[in-house]
Amino acid sequence: MTDPHPTPGRVVKAPENFLDAAGIRTVHGQAKAGRRDFIRSAFASAVAGAGAIAAAPAALAQGNPVPPEGGDPHILNLPAHSTGLGQGVATDGYGKPSKYEANVQRRQSPGLTQTQQSSVSFAPLQSLFGIVTPSGLHFERHHQGWWDVDPSKHRLMINGSDDKLVKQPKVFTLDELMRLPPVSRFHFIECGANTGMEWGNVAVPTCQYSHGMLSCSEFTGVPLKLLLDMAGADYKRGRFILAEGADGSSMTRTIPMEMVESGEVLVAYGQNGEMLRPENGYPLRLVVPGVQGVSWVKYLRRIEVGDMPYASKDEAVHYIDLMPSGLHRQYSSIQECKSVITTPSGGQVLLDKGFYTISGLAWSGRGKVRQVDVSVDGGRNWRPARLQGPVMDKCLTRFTLPWVWDGKPTLVQSRATDETGYVQPNYRQSRAVRGTRSIYHNNSIQTWMVQESGEVKNVQLS
Amino acid sequence: MFSCPDPRRTLRAAGLASALALAATLALAQSNAYPGIGRAATPKEVAAWDIDVRPDFKGLPKGSGSVAKGQDLWEAKCATCHGIFGEANEVFTPLVGGTTKDDVKTGRVARLLDPGFPGRTTMMKVATVSTLWDYIHRAMPWNAPKSLSVDEVYAVTAFLLNLAEVVPENFTLSDQNIAEVQRRMPNRNGMTLDHAMWPGKPGPLGIGKARQPDIKVAACMKNCVTEPAVGSMLPDFARNAHGNLAEQSRMVGAQLGADTTQPPAALGAAPKAVPPVAAAAPSAATAAALALLKDRGCLVCHGLDSKIVGPAFSDVAKKYAGRPDGLAYFSQKIQSGGVGLWGAIPMPAQTLSAADTKAIAQWLVDGAKK
Repeated sequence: MTDPHPTPGRVVKAPENFLDAAGIRTVHGQAKAGRRDFIRSAFASAVAGAGAIAAAPAALAQGNPVPPEGGDPHILNLPAHSTGLGQGVATDGYGKPSKYEANVQRRQSPGLTQTQQSSVSFAPLQSLFGIVTPSGLHFERHHQGWWDVDPSKHRLMINGSDDKLVKQPKVFTLDELMRLPPVSRFHFIECGANTGMEWGNVAVPTCQYSHGMLSCSEFTGVPLKLLLDMAGADYKRGRFILAEGADGSSMTRTIPMEMVESGEVLVAYGQNGEMLRPENGYPLRLVVPGVQGVSWVKYLRRIEVGDMPYASKDEAVHYIDLMPSGLHRQYSSIQECKSVITTPSGGQVLLDKGFYTISGLAWSGRGKVRQVDVSVDGGRNWRPARLQGPVMDKCLTRFTLPWVWDGKPTLVQSRATDETGYVQPNYRQSRAVRGTRSIYHNNSIQTWMVQESGEVKNVQLS
Repeated sequence: MFSCPDPRRTLRAAGLASALALAATLALAQSNAYPGIGRAATPKEVAAWDIDVRPDFKGLPKGSGSVAKGQDLWEAKCATCHGIFGEANEVFTPLVGGTTKDDVKTGRVARLLDPGFPGRTTMMKVATVSTLWDYIHRAMPWNAPKSLSVDEVYAVTAFLLNLAEVVPENFTLSDQNIAEVQRRMPNRNGMTLDHAMWPGKPGPLGIGKARQPDIKVAACMKNCVTEPAVGSMLPDFARNAHGNLAEQSRMVGAQLGADTTQPPAALGAAPKAVPPVAAAAPSAATAAALALLKDRGCLVCHGLDSKIVGPAFSDVAKKYAGRPDGLAYFSQKIQSGGVGLWGAIPMPAQTLSAADTKAIAQWLVDGAKK
């Protein structure tokens, strides 16, 4: 068998490397005889000796047994799609996912909010591949409902807190912004309250609800710096900007000028090759890489250059972190290094023992992910996972690790380290500093418990 | 901020803007690499959009409003969601409660130290009175944001502050005395900027004073100290609390969603793939009415089958079932609002077109079907 995930020096090749010659002969002999139970037990003990993580031998593969009639009816009886004429081009001018994918939806967490308009829907992380979130599955957070804004009537204004901070207040149309030299970059966006329900205890069953206020897209737009230059911003006094939306809530957030000056803050209109979706701020939103989603102001209508932070509602009443001292941390914005395993994950079922690819997502608001370690014994021993690549700045990174499940209860965890050397903490370490009432910025290590039944549960260790 | 209704300032700004426009035109010829992109914003345009109010009250328009006037506005426009005393928890988290007269003196809300105290109200958290004024002005009422006049915003803010015992009943809040009110905010000393999560340089204002993250962990790889005892998991009775998880995952893959309508099965006897669930399609009229309820925010206060602030639509339909003038009755109630039939919280008059009103009224007559 060819190992699809070569990680030299880390994964013990099977079966040659951990069975002796007699053992291999026995395995092959038994496989021919069709006695899988013996193989499975022989394999399990061999794995136990070699460490908990190993690639599976081909002989274990099953779960699609040959029916008594000698062949799979799905092979033997040709289906309609092999024997008939299919549909024509442009049947659907904007193609949709297969009807068989209809379970994969963004969803609300029951009881979390009382309204549809001031609420959140979570991305189905357990069903996604790679690092890009399909635009229609991108998580949503609206404060006062979403709108489908006519782009020909949308305007962006740049001005200053006083008449010296910007030489010339400016107005831009979409037509004009889209003539400027664009940049396209992949970045994650995570709500500051993602995993916030779990600060005190386990509250939700699946990674959709525990970590699904997280998405990643290729955003296309213009560096905000360019527009501030055109307006003549005073970068000496104007060390802050205020971003403001055009919707009912007219969301406002303060962003440090250092980030704008670095060129990474974008006024974006594009998302994954098309325009932003209305739920994500069509036709214009701010992209503030590494910073919590609330600062990525949607329906962006105005940027004000200022000489002090603004203490807007979403930085003075919400998105403030309560510490055990009774003080709230204000303007806490960076999403620190974090990871979550999406396969296997809570609320899912593994159908049988045997080979699986542990797979998950890691990210850091301070830069690139440097390493992800995976434990299958509740955090006692860890192995580096393979980073699938591309590994990009302030972007989701997919990691994988081959794993053979022996059918025993197993505690599965991932731990990410970013390029600054910051290591993702476990719950004990997080709570020792931040208590349990912060609501925001919970980047603790997630634990999933694979039960003997194959069902996976969300658990916290203490 | 910048803009100001004061005519002298507007004139000054206009004069300045034209002078700057001239300078900008000259500069354009020399250094603008992007000719033809963007134009000068007019002072009138800036005034229309620049509505933010900063903690130093830059941007705060002149005006005033009394607690008494605020109370009238509150009961008409705010109490539906926030409760008569700002205490309601039905739609949003409570605004008022948990602060004391002592907090007004110290500027620290003592209850924030008590993990047993249920919930955290807006007045327990907010340190800056400018935040309240700015937010009420830009975003309230929730379903008609930016509809309050400047003086109305002062009045509503005054009433809210009075509910929290920050200002007395006979108080009139204005641009002249708001700075004094700031010195009485119960949690005015309750914020810290001492953390490493500000993505800018730690500046003179002190945000992000701490340069190192607060949690420092070493990445142990072998025989690490752990406490691998499970301390928390969902109780069995919550198994189906998020709906059937089998219907929330792809029908093929390394893992399938657990069928949470059933107790856990033995390994291998686990659920078959669950094909996507197609809900029975409602009739066109029902679908149109349901869409209206959602779009127009009716479902904020009325659940289809559950009481929220107002009664469940199913209960309304049941109560008046068979009423011969049902269509007219429901239409009138939707258009004019009402109070007393289902509780003390008033339903405000709704601004719906006659056609939309009729569609919803007919849907109620037909039994509020889903």
